[in-house]
Amino acid sequence: MAQAATATAGRAPERGLDVYNQKVGMWVFLCSEVMFFAGLIGSYVVLRFGASDSWAQPGEVLNVPITAVNTFVLICSSVTMVKAFAAAEAGDQKGIKLYLVLTFLLGATFLGVQVFEYTHLIQHGEWQGSHGFTPRAGLYGSTFFTMTGFHGFHVLLGVICLGWASLQAFRGRWGSDHYHGIEVLGLYWHFVDLVWIILFTIVYLI
Amino acid sequence: MATIVAEATGQAILHEEHEQSFLRKYVFATDHKVIAIQFLFTTLFFLMIGGLLAVLMRYQIAWPAKTLPGGGILPETMVASGYILPEFYNSLVTMHGSIMVFFAIMPMLVGVFANYLIPLQIGARDMAFPRLNMLSFWLMVPAGILTLASFFVIGGAAAAGWTLYAPLSARPDLSGVHLGQQIWLVSLVLIGLSSILGSVNYITTTINMRAPGMTWFRLPLTVWALFITAILGLLAMPVLSAAGIMLLFDQTIGTTFFLPAGGGQPLLWQHLFWFFGHPEVYILILPAMGFTSEIIASGSRKPIFGYKAMVWAIVAIAFLGFIVWGHHMFQSGMNPTLGLSFTISTLLIAVPSAIKTFNWMGTMWRGNLRLHTPMLFAIGFVAMFAIGGLSGIFMASTPVDIYIHDTYFIVAHIHYVLFGGSLFALFGAIYYWYPKMFGRMMNETLGKIHFVLTLVFFNLVFFPMHGLGMKGMMRRIYDPTGYQHLQGIQDTNQLISISAFCLYASGFLFAFNFFWSLRKGRKAEANPWDATTLEWQTPSPPKHGNWKEIPVVYHGPHEFSHPDVADKDWLAQNERPDVTSPAGAH
Repeated sequence: MAQAATATAGRAPERGLDVYNQKVGMWVFLCSEVMFFAGLIGSYVVLRFGASDSWAQPGEVLNVPITAVNTFVLICSSVTMVKAFAAAEAGDQKGIKLYLVLTFLLGATFLGVQVFEYTHLIQHGEWQGSHGFTPRAGLYGSTFFTMTGFHGFHVLLGVICLGWASLQAFRGRWGSDHYHGIEVLGLYWHFVDLVWIILFTIVYLI
Repeated sequence: MATIVAEATGQAILHEEHEQSFLRKYVFATDHKVIAIQFLFTTLFFLMIGGLLAVLMRYQIAWPAKTLPGGGILPETMVASGYILPEFYNSLVTMHGSIMVFFAIMPMLVGVFANYLIPLQIGARDMAFPRLNMLSFWLMVPAGILTLASFFVIGGAAAAGWTLYAPLSARPDLSGVHLGQQIWLVSLVLIGLSSILGSVNYITTTINMRAPGMTWFRLPLTVWALFITAILGLLAMPVLSAAGIMLLFDQTIGTTFFLPAGGGQPLLWQHLFWFFGHPEVYILILPAMGFTSEIIASGSRKPIFGYKAMVWAIVAIAFLGFIVWGHHMFQSGMNPTLGLSFTISTLLIAVPSAIKTFNWMGTMWRGNLRLHTPMLFAIGFVAMFAIGGLSGIFMASTPVDIYIHDTYFIVAHIHYVLFGGSLFALFGAIYYWYPKMFGRMMNETLGKIHFVLTLVFFNLVFFPMHGLGMKGMMRRIYDPTGYQHLQGIQDTNQLISISAFCLYASGFLFAFNFFWSLRKGRKAEANPWDATTLEWQTPSPPKHGNWKEIPVVYHGPHEFSHPDVADKDWLAQNERPDVTSPAGAH
């Protein structure tokens, strides 16, 4: 360790990444989330290649146009999330409230549409002659509900946090000196959004 | 010279004085040291349970025709008219593995020592996220309770082996276990979440909260090992969680991921499981290597031989650990070309492992050895790990593996690395850091007796298993006497079982020493081992907040027998170099 000890002379503090802990922690956590979804998506790919004839054509069972609109809603919510963060950094109280509430509403809309889609599929979905499309409907049903369901669960967690952040906004918690919470929540939200774009592509479009 | 300790920048700690309620201080604690000790007691309990299951198994294997003494206290579903039932035996095999891996060894390595040592060794006051840390412990508790409770539900505990191969694990009608398997999966998801939250904490803390002067290459090897282990856990655990959830859905809501009847792929389970499972092996050994490095340097009074090589070896092992999972599946009908690539990547792991082994020996070479109990266990670790590592090479090469696959050779190997490796290092680590944790020394004589008994009986239990495996004794069998080709080996099985009982009994010597020393042990000074890392430069046990002032680090982690230091043979990391002498600028 002689060479390291030579560098002692100064006592420059170790400052890590110069990024606050919560942000580092969220990035680290998102790495773990990436692996979780990689496990699900990887399994989907393997299973689908193994049994491609038991897969429905795009649009045959799932309603692509409605989900496309829903995807757009989620992407918009990422935009408003960025706006909320920018407003917080700038100390624009009105903007913080407006954009957090908007993000919350857009996220909730996405969930609402997904719930509608699920109930419709379970009650009226038709595939391979069976009435009602459920997780029991072979690998196609298994993978569809597991993947979109876990994504929906992540959106739900995000929406709950957004609701909390919005409430805090009306109590004046956020501002130019206090925006870490919004930034960290934003990271999570964009991640959930990104995962959806991948899921939408592989589950609905191809 | 070299007498000043820990004078540095930083502000006097604020929360040192304030009183906390009992509940906050000991139950829902956020102090990393208290959480570590909570983990310690919990995992020692599970170690005892896991061992007990093994004792029951060994009794059945050695004397299948005899009734189990005291078996009457167990319910009819486990032991009927004195005999261990085959179904219960399957649960014993499964739960012994599961409990030891997920509730004893892994949380003891990480939950206990990552929690305790990372903040203390990098000079931080606590973890980056103390409340997340608390959550990580309190997720493990319900998981543990669920696991134990699953023995008593209808159908008994999970019985498909700890690897849960589908479709056996996915179809209750095949394994005979309904609820037990589902409980196992739920507790797996909980412990997975606990482990992921822990990893987030350890990684963030190590990256961001090092004391001034604590550069990456001044980190003690323990911290390096725990940091890399946390990355492994972070990336491997969620894949197992995803697989476990899919398996749970197969059982509960009627999906068919792993069920061939519904188009699913049982092999997919094996890939997902071992994609987690092999990094898991290194999660279970890397921290042990870290503790060993620390103890061997301190016990040899020499700097660790090849510090940077040790660090890069850890990194290399971790990286290779992610691309070798297929070597568990040579018998699963894998394309031989793919098998070859897994063989090669697996053999490559021998290189960093050998670097570490030789560096430990290089550290001890001509050292001023202090053969205290932790040092004995550390040396024991090196020896046992070498045997386990070498038998691993047998398995890495496909042709040999095909012959010994699923035999007791595998059982011998896994126990040489997991017991002879991880648990030896853990015993050493507990003896070594016990004075820091509790402010008292463990009894040295009892410790040495414990070491000798453990070493002898461990080898008597597991070494003969190599031979049993070569003779074709299969893993997980209920009654070896029922097979023609195993007729001649029952004596060996009985020897193994008797040794196993003695091994288990010697664990109680450790337990006695542990609890007796809590009250009666000799008071420990701050630095009983004359060690160099930061945790020894604060009182035993450290107060809430760890330091009066955050230490400033000037030296590498293992500066023993430094030529410029005259009055003692160690140089603490935070000892301010004397401005007038060149000692500081070596």
